[in-house]
Amino acid sequence: MVGELEFERPITELKKKIAELKSFMEEKGIDLTDEITSLEERLSALQEDTYENMSAWDRVLVARHPERPTTLDYISYLFKDFIELHGDRLYGEDEAIVGGIGMFHGQPVTVIGQQRGRDTKENIRRNFGMPHPEGYRKALRLMKQAEKFSRPVICLMDTKGAFPGKSAEERGQSEAIARNLVEMAGLHVPIICIVIGEGASGGALGIGVGNHVHMLENSWYSVISPEGAASILWKDSTKAKLAAESMKITAPDLKELGIIDEMIPEVKGGAHHDPAEQAKRIEAVIQSSLEELMNLSEEELVEQRYEKYKNMGKFTFVNDSIAVK
Amino acid sequence: MLKDFFAKKKKYATIPTEKMKQDVPEGLMTKCPECKHIMYTKELKKNLLVCQSCQYHYPMSSFERLGSLVDEGSFTEYDRNMISENPLEFPGYLEKLDSDRKKTKINEAVVTGDATINEHPVVIAVMDSRFRMGSMGSVVGEKITRAIEQAVEKELPFIIFTASGGARMQEGILSLMQMAKTSVALKRHSDRGLLFISVMTHPTTGGVSASFASVGDYNFAEPKALIGFAGRRVIEQTIREDLPEDFQTAEFLLKHGQLDKVIPRHEMKETLTNVLKIHSGRGE
Repeated sequence: MVGELEFERPITELKKKIAELKSFMEEKGIDLTDEITSLEERLSALQEDTYENMSAWDRVLVARHPERPTTLDYISYLFKDFIELHGDRLYGEDEAIVGGIGMFHGQPVTVIGQQRGRDTKENIRRNFGMPHPEGYRKALRLMKQAEKFSRPVICLMDTKGAFPGKSAEERGQSEAIARNLVEMAGLHVPIICIVIGEGASGGALGIGVGNHVHMLENSWYSVISPEGAASILWKDSTKAKLAAESMKITAPDLKELGIIDEMIPEVKGGAHHDPAEQAKRIEAVIQSSLEELMNLSEEELVEQRYEKYKNMGKFTFVNDSIAVK
Repeated sequence: MLKDFFAKKKKYATIPTEKMKQDVPEGLMTKCPECKHIMYTKELKKNLLVCQSCQYHYPMSSFERLGSLVDEGSFTEYDRNMISENPLEFPGYLEKLDSDRKKTKINEAVVTGDATINEHPVVIAVMDSRFRMGSMGSVVGEKITRAIEQAVEKELPFIIFTASGGARMQEGILSLMQMAKTSVALKRHSDRGLLFISVMTHPTTGGVSASFASVGDYNFAEPKALIGFAGRRVIEQTIREDLPEDFQTAEFLLKHGQLDKVIPRHEMKETLTNVLKIHSGRGE
């Protein structure tokens, strides 16, 4: 099976066995219906068990699945009359971020998202979905344009991180991301952000400051990739699995921590099993977010963002001036 | 055997331990890590922790920095008692915080408050790289945000001296969210027409460089300070190309249009005073 993930192997094995039995029954004309029914029951229980109890690492694998729907896939399902717009007007065009205008249920919107490639050739063109400063500056240009024409902004986040390279540093990767954070904080139109795959650090956050932030069930969002965390914390990038579990990076974790507004359930086994159905689920969440946010005034939108982020963080106070035990 | 007549060469260079490094500045004499010039520690301190021979800028603690900038007796500290929790229940995190508190005699990696600089009132935040590498967790983000809110309320300029390795891994996503939190506060400050000066000192990288450090109305830096988004090693591994000697230094950023000015420590107070004077409209 193409794109089969390690934790799904027992399911694939069982499916194979059922198929074998079925063909055997047809060939030899022996009635094996009882056996097949019992195996099918076992399969559905196994699927239930596997997909209900996915570990953080399983989710990371699903989020990285080569067939997982990308920003442009969802755009084709979600927005009518979409026109892609290019370039930051300052340096160049970065295909790791796509953006444009379109219609959502009769409402004009601006859509921005990080874009992975589907194959090696496209991945090279799109720099594996790792944006340069010009990508973030293109995103900002489109957001300011949305503000001018009172269009809500929808951001789809999916990146392994902002590109770590010489050219990116020379052109101000830090400044490009930092500028977006500040400008998104003050944008006078609704911003809805959805993590659809990988949400790595500042590279994701660079288009991720929103009134509402949602996550697909099997996406991850973290201060650093599991591999990066493992190599910093334990000097061993092979401990990524352990890092994924302890860093609290999955949608259920982030929902519990109060970082995201909604976790969007995925189709069984992950979005790639049924992109059209997944798009419908995303559509419903965008719809309800928009309904809520379109009622807010410009000032209320900015105020809502202020309060949202102001409340993030855990700290305490001590009586002594220096808290040494 | 013949080879026994020759003294064995040591196979490895001796790397000074953390303790040895710490011991040096405490002593009577201090050796410059850059040019190996040896000077009296007292003289070095009088010289604002700048090597007299090669102008190497030693890292400064938050209070050393404040001492070199603000008018004597003018500093009022904010939120001194705020300390970190362990939101992800990360093993060993609380112990590390505790040992850094003992070592540095401060509660977290930033000191905030208000003060005057040559009689110009400001709200000021100074990060301290000795505390968890100056990394930003919930407390650092919250203290900086509260300081900015004070600046908004009092209609004062906000000045920050950054020194940070970036986000604090042990606080995970909460640490990332501090970038957004400080940004919403800075936006409000900026919308009121208030002045924000960012001074980047060694090192300013990762999440701190990719948030408040880079969006000052003026972005300044100390000479030779390391400033960048991604670590040098990560970049070398990613692109497999040689990086220039001065890569990610203050001078490199200046050359690429990312900084307004590189300011040696001796001129810092004077330059900041000058900017504050122009902004107060009370220049000559």
